[in-house]
This record gives sequence, C-alpha cells and structure tokens, in this order.
Amino acid sequence: MDEDWRLTGKAEVLRIRAAMTRSIRRFFQDQDFLECETPLRIPALAPERHIDAVASGEWFLQTSPELCMKRLLAAGYPKIFQICKCFRAGERGALHLPEFTMLEWYRTGTDYRTLMDDCESLIARIAGELGLGVAVPWQGRRICLLPPWERITVRDAFARYAGLSVEEALRRDCFDETMVCAVEPRLGMERPVFLYEYPAELGALARVNAENPEVAERFELYAAGLELANAFSELTDVAEQRRRFEEASRDRRLKNCPAYPLPERFLQALSRMPPSAGIALGMDRLAMILTDQMTIDDVVAFTPESL
Amino acid sequence: MYTASDLRKGLRIKIDNDPYIITEFNFVKPGKGQALYRCKLKNMVNGNQFERTFRSVDIFEAADLQEKKMQYLYREEGKYCFMDNQSYEQVFLSADQVGEAKNFLLDNIEVEILFFEDRPLGISLPNFIDVMVTKADPWAKGDSVSGNTKPVTVQTGYQLQVPPFIEEGEKIRIDTRSGEYLTRVKG
Repeated sequence: MDEDWRLTGKAEVLRIRAAMTRSIRRFFQDQDFLECETPLRIPALAPERHIDAVASGEWFLQTSPELCMKRLLAAGYPKIFQICKCFRAGERGALHLPEFTMLEWYRTGTDYRTLMDDCESLIARIAGELGLGVAVPWQGRRICLLPPWERITVRDAFARYAGLSVEEALRRDCFDETMVCAVEPRLGMERPVFLYEYPAELGALARVNAENPEVAERFELYAAGLELANAFSELTDVAEQRRRFEEASRDRRLKNCPAYPLPERFLQALSRMPPSAGIALGMDRLAMILTDQMTIDDVVAFTPESL
Repeated sequence: MYTASDLRKGLRIKIDNDPYIITEFNFVKPGKGQALYRCKLKNMVNGNQFERTFRSVDIFEAADLQEKKMQYLYREEGKYCFMDNQSYEQVFLSADQVGEAKNFLLDNIEVEILFFEDRPLGISLPNFIDVMVTKADPWAKGDSVSGNTKPVTVQTGYQLQVPPFIEEGEKIRIDTRSGEYLTRVKG
C-alpha cells in the first residue's frame, strides 16, 4: 500500500512532465528538426575533468549523446534533437541523479546566440501549453517567463554577486565554490537568466571568440538558482579539440580518475563538421521549475534508492 | 577515515580534535565543475556552528567518541536522563545535546550515548522506530481532494505527514534520520 501511495502522490507532477515532453517534441517538429536516437552504450567518451562515466562491460554508458549527434552534423544533418537518458557516476543530490534525462539540440550555420532565442521560445511555449501562462510559481514567488530574459557575462555576475573577480577566483582556485555559494543562488530568481562569455579555460567544448580569444562562446541557462542548460558555439578545430581532450585526460590521470579511450571516429568526423551551435538541457530540472518541486526525486517516478 | 562521498547529515567527524556533527548536507556540482559537498557543522562540545564546502579529495577522521548502550528513563526540566542497565549509572543530556532525537525517545528505548573524553554529549538512535499514532483525523475512502498526505501525532508528541489511510491507534515505522514515515506496522 505504501509504494502505491508514494507513486500515486506523484500523479500530477508526472502528468505535467509528460505534457512538457509532448510540447518539446512539437516545438522541434514544427521547425523541421529531426529527432534522433543514438546508442547509449559506447566504446569511447569525450574525456572531461569532472565527469565520470558508468562502465558497461568494457564500454560505457553515455554521459551525453553529443559525440554521435556531432557526427550526424558532420554528415550533413542541419537540425537535430534528442531526448535521452544520460549516466554520470557519483552524482547524487537534491539536483542530481546518476541516471537523468537530457534534451540536446543542434543547429548548423549558427552560433550560441540563436540557442538563447530557442530557449526563450521553447520554455515560454511549454508554459503556455501547460496553461501556466507567462509566469510559473516557485516556492511562494513567481518566475516570469516573458522574453527577453536577462543576459549577464560571467565577469559581471562575479562583480555583482561574488565580491571577487573571475581572475581572482581562478587564481585562488575557488571558482567552483564561488559559483555554488555566491553566484548561482542569485541567478534567475525573478526571470530566467543566461550566464555567458565564460573565460576561455572554462570553455569546455566551446570555441573561443574570434575577436576576443580570452572568452569562450558558452552560456548556461539558470532559473531559480537551478542550472538548466549548457550551450556552446561548437569547437570545430580538430587539433584544438584533441589537445583539450588530452589535457583533460592528463588531469584525470593525476587525480587517479579512470581513463577513457579518446573518441577517434568523432575526431575524424569533426574535421567535416560545419560551424554549429549545440545545447544540453536537463529535462528533470526543467520539470522541477514547471512543477515547483525543490528536489529532483519529486519529478521522477523512481529514484535509484527506490529500485 | 571518511572520504567526501561518505559525508551525510548526521555523520560525526573530527576537526581540530573536537567532535562535530553534520547538521545539513548538500551535494552540489556547478556546470562542468567539480563535485562539492556543502556542510553545516556543529561542534558537539560547545555547540558552535559553521559552514564549510568540501572537495572530493578531502578526507576526514571519525570523531573520537565512545559509545555506551543506555536506556532512556525520563525528561525533567529540559534535561534527559539515561541509565546504564549494568552499572545503573545515570547521565543527563541537555535538550540541545539531544537535538531532534527528542522526537523519537520512546519510554525505555535503548540508545547509544556518545561520550567525548568521558563527557556525555550526544545520542545515536536506532535508524527505525515503531510508534503508535495517537492523534489522526479519520480517512474518508475515496477522498482525493484533501491531498496525498495528512498530519498525525505519535506517542512521543512528534507530528509528521503520513498517507491518508493511517488511522489513530495504528503503529507506523519512522526513519529517525529523516523523521519521515516509512511504512505501516502490522500488529
């Protein structure tokens, strides 16, 4: 009786979540995006300093579908999206599940700014179709979804909220702590906000800005202090991408983290990939915002602990 | 020795030779950044609290506490009395030292009293206790309007949310670590 009670208690949230997914599909289908399914179990990963994969035999469960998605871009597919499960070892908390749902979409021939417009249109449309109107309730307040949303550079966000500059935080090796303790909790409380222009060394898979190579074309979307999405103008320089992979691998080795084979087929395809922009959005996190739930456990039918 | 992945609310660690208990815990990970473990810590000796954010490479020593099995006897003027069944020794803990455990102190329940340098200063409860529901509004079967949970009071005076089908006089199991309803107990 208890298990049934726990599951039926989630009925309204699960209904909204399903409606959210339907809206998302319609949004992309209306714009002639191709919905893709790429393998979850893969032999090589894009090595990242702070992301550990879940092993599956001698292969791995994907931490993101981006390697195959970019190979599709390289083959000439111009607009693609995917809704799929991603797996990350050792990540469990109020906002983290080791298995979670990601929405990724990619456009060739654009840069990351187009993706900001996509986010505004997509989320406003979902809220409209859910009957939430222009604002969603959040913990007794309301978050207004009317575009345009705020855009703030990482530099300005640190100046406004952190009490120290980005350079100082990097020098003192406290960038992550400052983000988590001072900056993130203040982002997107009244309206969603795009945090953009990351320092080049935090660019991850983003290309650096042609006019200002100190800055990477990367943004993160925040609402109610929750990180919802991460977007890039994608790096297409194969030598630079390989260099970044090798640096991340070296870093992982120094920390005794598991090593991953480099994705060679991806690196070959990268040379044929046109300039593109891509984004990864956490569907569970978006569901939290749309259902006013503080914990990711409350937007999924089953947590790993309940299995 | 504990690693950062062992950190959780209720864990007791040694910092500068004093025992601390983690009163709040949050795993956080900024986008593309490292995992961080945000803790609120309370000094079990002097009650001082502070916040600290740890990294995954950090390691911790267990707090230097000795445990002794004792039985809860009674509460008098904000002090809680526990007795060793072998030696009949009695110790007293303050309300602050007992903390949230006060909600789960059934008569004569056996607990571990935590001693630091021979001073009692904390308590460790069983993870689960079975308690009687002493006050609950009746459940009208088919009533879906009032929601999926209702508040009840249990024999210790503690109030919590339970499924609507739990009635007065029934026994329920509570997880003492979270204070939440676990399941109905038969018989």
